[in-house]
Amino acid sequence: MLKIISSFWNWIFLMAILAFLEVFARTVYETTFLLNPFVIQSVLLFTAAPLLIGIGQTFVIISGGIDLSVAFAMGLASVVFASIIKFFAPEYAITAVAVAFMATSLIMLIPGFINGTLISRLNVPPFIGTLGMYGVARGVGYLTADGMTVPFQNDIVFIIGTGKILGIPIPVIIALFFVILAHYLLSYTKFGQHTYALGGNRQAAIRSGINIRRQILLIYMLCSVCAGMAGMIYAARFSAGAPQAGEPLMLDAIAAVFIGGASFFGGSGKIIGTVIGALIIAIIQFGIVFIDIKPFWQFVVVGVVIIVAVVVDQSKNKLSGVRTDE
Amino acid sequence: MNNILEVSSISKRFGGVQALDKVSITLKTGEVLALAGDNGAGKTTLIKVIAGVYHPDNGSIKYEKKNIIIDNPRYARELGIETIYQDLALADNLNVGANIFLGKEPMTKKYGVPIIDREHMLSESNKILKNLEIDIPEDSLEEPVGKLSGGQRQAVAIGRAIYWNAKILIMDEPTAALGVPEQRNVMELIKKLRENDVAIIYISHNLSDIFQASDRIVVLRRGLKVGEKLISETTSDEILKLMVQG
Repeated sequence: MLKIISSFWNWIFLMAILAFLEVFARTVYETTFLLNPFVIQSVLLFTAAPLLIGIGQTFVIISGGIDLSVAFAMGLASVVFASIIKFFAPEYAITAVAVAFMATSLIMLIPGFINGTLISRLNVPPFIGTLGMYGVARGVGYLTADGMTVPFQNDIVFIIGTGKILGIPIPVIIALFFVILAHYLLSYTKFGQHTYALGGNRQAAIRSGINIRRQILLIYMLCSVCAGMAGMIYAARFSAGAPQAGEPLMLDAIAAVFIGGASFFGGSGKIIGTVIGALIIAIIQFGIVFIDIKPFWQFVVVGVVIIVAVVVDQSKNKLSGVRTDE
Repeated sequence: MNNILEVSSISKRFGGVQALDKVSITLKTGEVLALAGDNGAGKTTLIKVIAGVYHPDNGSIKYEKKNIIIDNPRYARELGIETIYQDLALADNLNVGANIFLGKEPMTKKYGVPIIDREHMLSESNKILKNLEIDIPEDSLEEPVGKLSGGQRQAVAIGRAIYWNAKILIMDEPTAALGVPEQRNVMELIKKLRENDVAIIYISHNLSDIFQASDRIVVLRRGLKVGEKLISETTSDEILKLMVQG
């Protein structure tokens, strides 16, 4: 029984928060939380960017690494995207979007390529290598934007950023598309299988003939492209790029992965877990505003939830009898 | 019998340590060659060179009469050289099938989308383990191998190596972590594989195992090959002397 609870605690926790907020809404405001379309849309929209970063981060964490550079990679992407669109005259709106999207996606392969090369070829620990890239991406972002935000006008981007299909915000649909793609990649392909193997036992992966250098390189490139997507979505929502766009999301995204059940030591984690984790964080943040207590409480609550997540992960291993070296 | 593998004057240095110094061995088809030696003799280094994990500083390798350079483990496996390491090299977070097929996962299609064929992996691993007469309950096959016992994990490692129709099977201390009945199974397995013309290189500390299962023995000491004997023409005293005195 305990075993089952420890495996599904995040689902239970999510239900508990939702139940609490619903009861709160009904007793205090005499309204509904869950059935309010505005609430649902806001929470989902809130979730999109950290979720996209979290998806990439899930691969990295399962492989036994960490990528600290994603938040500023996201900011850099938003600035690059905005600058390219600004470059085009308004009548070339479609060309501008296409070029900006392609170029930004390609450019976002670079930080991942550098991270992956540092880690796989030069044996730099992921924490240090990506911390360096955190600084580099941040600086390049500010330099590209000349220290400001980069506003732009583009009707198509505006529609992508703020439009809805069947009541669902388009950024949420984009995030959902990436969730499905990432789930496929992680759970149904060799790439995913080798990511787990790499985090489970690096030596085993090497000796079974997996090209782990290439694998690590691809994982970090995937991670920074996901951050790039988050950056473009940010730019689309606000019709502007900002170097600091992703700053508050770095911890949220990493937290989402751990709340979703990934192990800090690598080898475990699931995309659906990261989705739950990102939803929990977004609901906590939105809920705190909703019940009208000081918004700073969200940092405290999210912090506590991260710690709980890691404690549960530890006890889960004990309960399920997996060997741990103590 | 044909020489399937000829390793000629291989040297390997790690910093100040000469792990292997001009070591040569040959291996015939369907032969069990034992590698003996004290700790630090260079046994594991030698097999890692053959398995493509280490690159030798000097020397050459002939496989099936052709000069080759085994520069990575994948190439070794493509050639038909499978290795079971002392630490088993299992990914503890993956299940039995995923470990047996690691790096060579079979694919299938579902709704036109290519996916890993987990059903095939599961049914094949069941077959392999049955063939080896290894007892792993069927519902444990889908559990991470980290939850299995030492003997079962050893079985998975052996199953993985022989599933791929190895021509050469390298085993590093295959019985060290096992209980007595499981040790006996492994020794039986070695005999069975030899009858099927698999060449085996076998590292062990246990001289009685060596005398029971192998045809020839090479003794290493501090990176040097200090002796090579046919099992039928030597005694454990002689081997012990070589191991200790060189």
